[in-house]
Amino acid sequence: MDYHSPASFAEASALAANATGVTRFLAGGTDVLVQLRSELVTPDTLIDIKKINGVSDITRIADGSWTLGVAATGAEMSEHAELVSDWPGVVEAMDLIGSTQVQGRATLTGNLCNASPAADSVPAMVAAGVTVTVTGPDGTREVAVEDIPTAPGRTSLAKGELISALNIPARGANGGDAYLRFIPRTEMDIAVVGVGVNLRLDGDTIAEARVSLGAVAPTVLLVDECAKAIIGTTLDDAALETLAAAASAACNPINDKRGTVEFRTEVAGVLTKRAAKTAYARAKGEQA
Amino acid sequence: MSKFHVSTTVNGDTVEYLCDPRETLLDCLRDKLNLTGAKEGCGTGDCGACSVTVDGRLVCSCLMLGVEAEGKQIETVEGISDGDVLHPLQKNFIEHAALQCGVCTPGVLVAAKSLLEKNPNPTEEEARYWLAGNLCRCTGYDKIIRAVMDTAAELREAS
Ligand SMILES: Cc1cc2nc3c(=O)[nH]c(=O)nc-3n(C[C@H](O)[C@H](O)[C@H](O)COP(=O)(O)OP(=O)(O)OC[C@H]3O[C@@H](n4cnc5c(N)ncnc54)[C@H](O)[C@@H]3O)c2cc1C
Ligand code: FES
Ligand code: FES
Repeated sequence: MDYHSPASFAEASALAANATGVTRFLAGGTDVLVQLRSELVTPDTLIDIKKINGVSDITRIADGSWTLGVAATGAEMSEHAELVSDWPGVVEAMDLIGSTQVQGRATLTGNLCNASPAADSVPAMVAAGVTVTVTGPDGTREVAVEDIPTAPGRTSLAKGELISALNIPARGANGGDAYLRFIPRTEMDIAVVGVGVNLRLDGDTIAEARVSLGAVAPTVLLVDECAKAIIGTTLDDAALETLAAAASAACNPINDKRGTVEFRTEVAGVLTKRAAKTAYARAKGEQA
Repeated sequence: MSKFHVSTTVNGDTVEYLCDPRETLLDCLRDKLNLTGAKEGCGTGDCGACSVTVDGRLVCSCLMLGVEAEGKQIETVEGISDGDVLHPLQKNFIEHAALQCGVCTPGVLVAAKSLLEKNPNPTEEEARYWLAGNLCRCTGYDKIIRAVMDTAAELREAS
């Protein structure tokens, strides 16, 4: 295994473009090292991106949107009071990943690029409308988070491409987001269902919404039917029932020891309702 | 296989070692620096027996490569006591019999010390969540939590 720690994304991209065999990027290493240790994946080339300037920065830009460095950790996000107040759903999703120790290293980018269908931060990022900046041999492009994972363990990144930044939209007025997951225990487990909801209100009425489901299909889902179920409503009981039905209808889950198909489908509906209520309360400024 | 020369600081001392890029920080601490306090319980981030701090941040040393330690400040269980004088956490672990086989203890001590530095007045729930990544197959956790909560109270009184 060759280890490199380039000083720029252009250099990282060139290293990856010219590498033969299996290449991995090293952010927090909480997936890469587990796969190395369990002999699932031993990269021929490992490119550590943490020596690149600014990769741990969390910055709010003048227009209110956020740029996150690709090595910013879960712990650094949770400690950032303004980020937490703008995007509590994104931060709480990241914070659910692993233990305190894992939080000290794990990143949003690593969670996204590992491409697990159950990755916790991904539905929250999709709901929030997060995009990533991808640097490759031909320059940079901006890609929506939902377009990165293509199948379990696979991404749309081409050889030589890597993510160089994450972009979270401006929170704006009267908005709120939330993420909930179901796991069989209270800590340290893999999501059976994960739900991210992000919405904006006009008075008491939902004007915009994005709803995303994790762990119920081979990739994260952005469910337009869920958004349609609640836009134009005040999240009354009828809207919540339509929302739950739309979430369950979107599920195409697997059966495993953590949950059957029926269970996951049912829980997706229940959790979507709860996450929508929390996002709604946050948009009204009623709940942190 | 080319080896990397790493220069880093462990418990305040500058140290150097040569490592293969596949070796973890835990391997380097134990096999090259003879700091065998941190233990390998699982090697995959689940048990916390390998806990150390890197630049003040609690991490699993089994989930970090030895090469990544270049230029960092690392603290291990060996640095917790002041020579022969035990840290209040260590004294309270003995007092409460918060260990049996002791395999988890170095990681629990490092993690608990890191908690108290960040939050000198944790609730029991906060302490339990903070330590959720430190597994113990012997004590049932209750004695560990009591030792940590007592130490927190003691340190608050002393300051
Ligand atoms: C004990 C434990 C518990 C966990 N619990 C959870 C959990 O509850 N929920 C959950 O979702 N996950 C969990 N995980 C998995 C893991 O911690 C997360 O997926 C984490 O966010 C990965 O981030 P990382 O920075 O450590 O990634 P790394 O391991 O550094 O990288 C992961 C993947 O991303 C790629 N990559 C990294 N950076 C880039 C980049 N800039 N551009 C392109 N590709 C890149 C790498 O090549 C690799 O394939 C757990 C892991 C452990 C060890
Ligand atoms: S040995 Fe590192 S977490 Fe178990
Ligand atoms: S004392 Fe034996 S594992 Fe904790």
